[in-house]
Amino acid sequence: MSETLPILTLLVVLPAVGAAVVACMPRDNERLIRIVGMSFAVIVALLSIVMLADFKAGQGDFQFLSGHVWVRDFGISWKLGVDGISLFLVVLSGILFPIAIVGPKVHHDIKGYVAWMLLLEAGCIGVFLSLDLFLFFLFWELVLVPMYFLIGGWGYDRRIYATLKFFLYTMVGSALMLVGILAVVFLHRQATGTLTFDVVILAKEQSLASSTARWLFMAFAASFAIKVPIFPVHTWLPDAHTEAPTGGSVILAGIMLKLGTYGFLRFGLYLFPQAAVDLAPVFLTLGTIGIIYGAVVATMQKDLKRLVAYSSVAHLGFIVLGVFGLSQQGMEGGVLQMVNHGISTGALFLLVGMIYERRHTRQIAELGGIQRVAPVFAGVFMLVMLSSIGLPGLNGFVGEFLVLIGTFVTHRWWAVAATTGVILAALYLLWAYQRVFHGRAEGANATFPEMTMRERAIMAPLVVLIVFLGVYPRPVLDRIAPAVHDLVSHVEEHSDYRQPAVAVGEPR
Amino acid sequence: MPPLELPIVEWSQMAPELILIVGALALLMAGTFRRERSMVTGACIFTIATAVAALVASAGLWHDVAGRRGGARLAVADALVIDGFGIFFTVVICCAVILGALLAHGYLRQERLEAPTFFVLVLLSASGGVLMAKANDLIVVFLGLEILSIALYVLAGYHQRREQSREAAIKYFVLGSFSSAFFLYGVALTYGATGSTNLGAISEFLRSQTVTQGVLLGGFGMLLVGLGFKVAAVPFHMWTPDVYQGSPTPVTGFMAAAAKAAGFAALLRIFFSAFGNQRLDWQPIVWALAVLSLLVGSVLAVVQTDVKRMLAYSSISHAGYVLIGLQAASTRGIAGSLFYLLAYTFLILGSFGIVGLVARKGDNLTGLDAYRGLARSRPGLAFAFTVFLLAQAGVPFTSGFLAKFYVISAAVESHSYAIAVIAMLAAVVAAFFYLRLIVVMYMADDQEMVGIGPTVGGPIPTSATAAVDRGGVGTAVAAAVATKVEIPFAAGLAIGLCAVFTVVAGLFPQPFLDFARHAAVLLL
Repeated sequence: MSETLPILTLLVVLPAVGAAVVACMPRDNERLIRIVGMSFAVIVALLSIVMLADFKAGQGDFQFLSGHVWVRDFGISWKLGVDGISLFLVVLSGILFPIAIVGPKVHHDIKGYVAWMLLLEAGCIGVFLSLDLFLFFLFWELVLVPMYFLIGGWGYDRRIYATLKFFLYTMVGSALMLVGILAVVFLHRQATGTLTFDVVILAKEQSLASSTARWLFMAFAASFAIKVPIFPVHTWLPDAHTEAPTGGSVILAGIMLKLGTYGFLRFGLYLFPQAAVDLAPVFLTLGTIGIIYGAVVATMQKDLKRLVAYSSVAHLGFIVLGVFGLSQQGMEGGVLQMVNHGISTGALFLLVGMIYERRHTRQIAELGGIQRVAPVFAGVFMLVMLSSIGLPGLNGFVGEFLVLIGTFVTHRWWAVAATTGVILAALYLLWAYQRVFHGRAEGANATFPEMTMRERAIMAPLVVLIVFLGVYPRPVLDRIAPAVHDLVSHVEEHSDYRQPAVAVGEPR
Repeated sequence: MPPLELPIVEWSQMAPELILIVGALALLMAGTFRRERSMVTGACIFTIATAVAALVASAGLWHDVAGRRGGARLAVADALVIDGFGIFFTVVICCAVILGALLAHGYLRQERLEAPTFFVLVLLSASGGVLMAKANDLIVVFLGLEILSIALYVLAGYHQRREQSREAAIKYFVLGSFSSAFFLYGVALTYGATGSTNLGAISEFLRSQTVTQGVLLGGFGMLLVGLGFKVAAVPFHMWTPDVYQGSPTPVTGFMAAAAKAAGFAALLRIFFSAFGNQRLDWQPIVWALAVLSLLVGSVLAVVQTDVKRMLAYSSISHAGYVLIGLQAASTRGIAGSLFYLLAYTFLILGSFGIVGLVARKGDNLTGLDAYRGLARSRPGLAFAFTVFLLAQAGVPFTSGFLAKFYVISAAVESHSYAIAVIAMLAAVVAAFFYLRLIVVMYMADDQEMVGIGPTVGGPIPTSATAAVDRGGVGTAVAAAVATKVEIPFAAGLAIGLCAVFTVVAGLFPQPFLDFARHAAVLLL
C-alpha cells in the first residue's frame, strides 16, 4: 500500500489543499464552503482510518515511510513516518477536525474559519508525522498561525489579548528549540561528518557529549513544556482556551496540547535519552504539581469553560508523569491518555459551547437545574465528565491507571502524590455538574432547549469512543506497546537507566 | 613626471553598470526634449526595460563566471572584480529597480510629479550600488557609494511640496555626508596601514602580517561606521526612522532595498574577503553591532504607532540578521546573508508598496488606524500584507523563515550560540508588532485594541507646522480613511510579484539557495 499511495504525504497535503481551495471560493456561498471544507476533512479522516487499518500491529518501528530530498544544502528531506506513538494521535486529528469544523455554530466569515481549520489540520498532522527535524519545526511553527487567527477572529471578548499571549508564549519556546535543533545537527556533523536533519539517524548515532546533550534537551524541553503546558509556563492556556471559539478550544485541547507531550516522547527522549533520564525528576515534580495545582484552581473557577481549561492542566500533568516515569506501562498509559484527553476534553468543550449558544453565559452561578429540562443533554454531559474524571469502564480510567501503576514502580512518591489528583478531579467536576444540572431550573434555565439531532450526531462518535476505549482498550494498546517498548529500550541502551523488572509487565 | 597610463577597460565586463548609466542618461535627455504628462508611463516602462537588460547582461556574466572553474576575474586594472557575489547583488538591485519603478508609477501620477527625473535618479543610484558590489578597490567602493547616495538624497526630497520629504532629504544628506567622510577616513587609514587601496593587495598584505597595527584597527572602525550607516545598523541608525518616514513611500521601499543591499555588498566583501585574515579583530565588533541592531530594532518597533516608522525599525533589525551572517565569517554565513538580502528585498518593497497605497493621496495616512478593517475593504491587499508581515516575522513556508534559518544556522555552526538565541528572541519581540498590524487589519472592531493610541499618520515630530495642524488633520484623516484604497495596476503587479516570490522561495527554495551559495563560493 505504501508503495502505491503516499498516504502520509496525502494526510498532510490534502488539508492544506483544502484550505487553499476554500480560500479561493466566493465568500457568499456559505453552504458550498461548508460542504467543500467538510468533504476535505472527512476524506482526511477516512484516510487516517485506512492508515490505521493498514498499520501492522506488533511492530515498533516506523511504517509507511516516505522520504524525498527537499533542501540539499542542509540535508533536509520531506520524511514522514508513523509508529504506535503517533498513530492514534493522527487518527484523533482526523476525527476531531471534521467535528470542530461543522460542530459549533460559526456566526461570521465561515470561509475564513474553515480555511484556517484545514490549514491547522495540515500543521498538526504534519507535526505528528515528521521524522525530519526541520520539517517538524516548520509544522510546529505553522500550527501557530491558524490558531492565532482562529482565536483572534472568532473568539470571545478578550480574544486579542489571549491570542497574542498564546502566540508569543509558544514562539519563545520555539526560538530556543530552533537553536537547539541547529546545534544538534551541526554538532552531529562535527562528530560524524554528515549533515542531516533525520531524527532516526540522529537518535541512533547519539553523537553528542552528555553535558551538551543536557543543554540541548533543555532547549527542546522549553518549547515542549510551554506547549503542553507544564506548571510554571501554563498561564497562556486558561486564557487561550477560554477566549477561543468552541471549535478552536476543541482543537487546542484535543490536538495541540498533545504536540508538546508528543514532542517529549519523539524528540526529547529519543534524541537525548541520558539527559531525559537525568532531568526526569524535575519534570515528574512539575507534572505532579500541575496535577494538583490544576485541580485546585479548577475547583475555584466560576466560569465553566475556564474550569475545563484548568482541568486540562491537571490531565496533562498525568501524561507528563507517564512520559517521564520511563516505564513501559506508564508510557503506554501516557500515550493512551493523550488520545483519551483529546476525546473527553474535546467533547466537554463542545458541550460547554452548546450551553453558551443557548444561554449566552458560561457562569456556573447563572446556570442550574438543566437536568430536568434537558435530560439527554445532561446525560451526555455526565458521561463525558465521568470519562474525564476517570471512572472505571470509561476511557479515562485506563490511561490514568496505567500511568499511575507505571510511575508507582519507578518513581513511587510522585505516583502517590499524583493519585490525589484523581480525587480532586472528581471533586471539581462533580461539584460543577451538581451546580449546573441539579436543583430547580429557574428563569432562562427553565426553557433550556434539549439536544438537537445535529448535536447528537456530533457527540455520537465521541461518546462511542469514550465507551469503547474504556471497555476494550486492547487493540489500541497492542499498537502502542511495541513502539513504547522500542523507545524505552532505546533510552535504556543509551543511558544508565534500567527499568525495574516489574514495570515491564506481561509480554505482549 | 611619467605620462598617465590609462588602464585597459573591458567594456563587456561592465555591461550591467553601463546599461544602467546609459539608460539613465538617455532618459534624462528624453526628459529635456519632451515635457508631456504622459511621459511617466513611458519612463517607467523604459526604466524596467533597462533593468531587465542589465539583468540579461548579468546572466551572461554569471554564465561566464560560474561556467568555468573559479571563473572570477578582475577588470579595469584590478579596480573591478567580476564574480558571483557581485552579480548576485546586481540581480538584487535590478529587481529593486523594477519593483520600485512599478510602485512609483501610480504614486507619481497621484502626486502630480510626472517628470522622468525620478526614474533617472533610480537608475543612477542603482548603477552606484552595482559599482559598490563589484568594486575591488576602496576608492571605487567610495565612488559607488557616492553615486548611490547622492541620487538617494535627491529622491528622499523628491516630493518638494511635502515638508517631511524635504526634511528627510536634509537629514539624510547631512548625516550621509558625515558617514561618507568616516568611510573616506577609513580608506585613508587602511591605505596607511597596508600601502594599498586595492582589496586584493590589502588581503595579500594582511596574509603576511601576524600583528595588527593600531592604524589598521582604526581603519576597520571607520569603514564599519561608514558602511554601518548605509545599512542602518545600530548605533548608526538614528537617521533611519525619520528618513524612511519622510521620504515618498516608493522611494522608502527602494532605498530600504537597494541602499541596504549595496551597503552590505561592500561590507561583506571588504570584511570577509579583504580583511578575512584579521577576522578575530573585527568579529567581536560585528557581533556587538548585530546584537544591538536586533534588539534596538525590534524593541523600538514595538512602541511605534506609525507603520512607516515601524517598518523602518524592523528594517534595522533585519540588518542585524544579515550581520549575523557576516559575524559567522564562513561561506555558509555569507550565503545566508545573501539569501537574507534577496528575500528581504522583495519583502520590504512589497510592504512599502502596500503602505504607499494605504497612505492614499498625499502620502499621509501611515498610522495604524489607516489599516483598520483593510481585510474587509481590500481583502487581497490585506492578504498580501499578511504574507509579508508573517514572512518578516519568520513564519514557515515563506522566504523570511528560510532566510532567518540560514543565518542562524551559520551562527550555530560557528558555535555562536548566544547570538543565535538573541536573534530568535528578537524575532519573538518582532512578531508582536507584525501581529499587531495583522490584528488591526483583520480583527479590530472598535471595541478592543491592544496598545494602539489614537494617533494618525504622524508627521515627523520636529516639523512645527504639521504639529500645529494636527487638530484639523484628525477629522480629515477620518474621512480619508473611509475612502477605499485604490490599487493602480503597476503597483498591484509589483506587490503581487513580491508576494509570489515570498511564498515560492519559501516552498521551493532550492534554486535561490543554490544561487546564494554559488555567489558566496564565487566571492573572490
